[in-house]
Amino acid sequence: MRFRRLWAVVFKEFLQISRDTRVLVMAFAVPVGMLILFGYAVTLDINNLPLGVYDQDNSQESRGLVTSLMRSGYFSVESYADSYQGLLSLIEKGKIKIALVIPYDFSKKIKSGEKVEVQTILDGSDANTATIGAGYLTGALQLYSLKITQTEIKPPIDGKIRVWYNEELKSKNYIIPGLIAVIMMIIGTLLTSLVIAREWERGTMEQLIATPIRSSELIFGKLVPYFLIGMIDLLLAVLLGKLIFKIPFRGSFLLMFLVSGIFLIGALGVGMFISILAKSQQLAYQMAMVTTFLPGFILSGFIFPIFSMPAFLRVITHIVPARYYIRILQGIFLKGDGFAVLKLEILLLSLFALIMLGIANLIFKKRLQD
Amino acid sequence: MNENEIAVEVANLVKKFGNFAAVDDISFQIKKGEVFGFLGPNGAGKTTTIKILCGLLTPTSGKGRVGEYDVFTQSEKIKENIGYMSQKFSLYDDLTVEQNIDFYSGIYKVKKEKKKERKEWVLKMADLEEKRNRKTADLALGWKQRLALGCAFLHEPPVLFLDEPTSGVDPISRRNFWDLIYSISDKGTTVFVTTHYMDEAEYCRRLALIFRGKLVRLGTPEELKGKSISGSVWEVECKNPIEALDSLQKDKRVIEASLFGMKIHILVPFAREEEASALVSQILDENKIEVIRLQKIVPSLEDVFVSLIREKA
Repeated sequence: MRFRRLWAVVFKEFLQISRDTRVLVMAFAVPVGMLILFGYAVTLDINNLPLGVYDQDNSQESRGLVTSLMRSGYFSVESYADSYQGLLSLIEKGKIKIALVIPYDFSKKIKSGEKVEVQTILDGSDANTATIGAGYLTGALQLYSLKITQTEIKPPIDGKIRVWYNEELKSKNYIIPGLIAVIMMIIGTLLTSLVIAREWERGTMEQLIATPIRSSELIFGKLVPYFLIGMIDLLLAVLLGKLIFKIPFRGSFLLMFLVSGIFLIGALGVGMFISILAKSQQLAYQMAMVTTFLPGFILSGFIFPIFSMPAFLRVITHIVPARYYIRILQGIFLKGDGFAVLKLEILLLSLFALIMLGIANLIFKKRLQD
Repeated sequence: MNENEIAVEVANLVKKFGNFAAVDDISFQIKKGEVFGFLGPNGAGKTTTIKILCGLLTPTSGKGRVGEYDVFTQSEKIKENIGYMSQKFSLYDDLTVEQNIDFYSGIYKVKKEKKKERKEWVLKMADLEEKRNRKTADLALGWKQRLALGCAFLHEPPVLFLDEPTSGVDPISRRNFWDLIYSISDKGTTVFVTTHYMDEAEYCRRLALIFRGKLVRLGTPEELKGKSISGSVWEVECKNPIEALDSLQKDKRVIEASLFGMKIHILVPFAREEEASALVSQILDENKIEVIRLQKIVPSLEDVFVSLIREKA
């Protein structure tokens, strides 16, 4: 590789990037937009679950129950119905997810110390929300029972639960690092997916491959500017995560940038590979989307836990690089993991980067296709 | 011909795309410092030949070398020793004139101490000194082509390949462009140029006529005009040339009749003036063509080309 030629390519790419609003938007607006959008929207915690109440009793006790549910923060009472039918139609219309029926003898039975049943109906069409909601409701009802009977149950086994790393169990604390990983994968691949295809499409490649430039000079020269952009994106994303979403960062910044650099080279390599194969920007863009979005979101463990997947999918996740990178970022952000803990993942990512660059170099031919 | 004096040599070169032979058994040699023209209609195989010689396409069979390097095995060596200007403008439209020159200067590793001098040479040669900071996309085609020529010649390669460099350019710019080609060739550079303009072909030292992948004739423009046509060419100016052309083309004694502007060129079998003249007058008379002017002319390359292609077909 000759430095003169490498530098000529790097400089030319920078000039072209600085004049191409499309690339600039893709490089900076898309990752920031994605982080903000997903950061706010993708939350696995359930708050303000809409609740409908049919209070037949309408006593101090029954109102106390509803108030305590609202205070828990998990429920918001959307409407009061005055008939059973009215309550059911609220569920049908999708206004509420949970319906609570308090029987007319609620306060009477409580006062006489009898057991009382309240009916709850859950909208199971969203199974995940329903399951979590049912759990919250059971807990809240128990809490209220204890309060009104003024007793303290002493169960024989008392589990002392302590949560490590994400003490408040906030899902955004692990979603944001995962999201940063997915964004790096998508942006890295998208950015370079167009660079070779664009030159073929505009006809400038024909001139370029008639010169003594080496494949490696062209590929590395095109990689350098996008590597820098990717690292700036990472910095932006981490800052946003800390400042806007207030997620903890317990590990080493240096290690994070180092590993991210390795991962980014791999992602850029994937884009380069696609770009060489596709030869048209349209096709390259689509290929980049398919190869990054689906595995990034679904197979990386970002949202769906890998251990709950069927066996054959679990096997496939092993070749999704984002899987390792997410594990690393979550480790560095939340646990403060160091190199020693993450070395296997780092090794795998290094391998990924090397292989992608190697393939891109190998398949780029300075000949026209027959 | 001395081995050392040959810049480009091609023997029995074949390039097939599937079953279609784009280049079909072509052989020629180009001497050092020659301006060698490749003339033929679109799709004749000119561009395919040039791409093989530039190391962009691998030939199917035959032999080819540029300088001392083989087109099959040493394409990267060839690329170090040539300049190539493709048919379609292929510099960076979104960069300025100067940035394009700087880029190619880096790619060709033009020596530091010569870099500035070469850049100024290109700007001056292409008449772009005033426009050096202009975006390339905003230049007229004539200037773009001269810039492309300059970028292909930044590293002063021994051989320059120009693929239809003047296609779509106005006649004055075309003339200017040929002056540049001459000035480059004067310094000892071999220039291989393809064109489908007949008038341009006359500017070449030697010419190859290409038709449907085959080399039809090879020689200096004078040789081609003199030897290739058996018979003589007469130029007729007449009333209603379109109708006249129609009846002349139907006449069995006329080998070839074609329209050049509003004049008709007819090719008749006799080379000797008296015999030919008598025949032409007789033909025109019998076809009731009102002749304004009639004269024997030296056949243009276009006449040669038309008649050669007619023979082949």
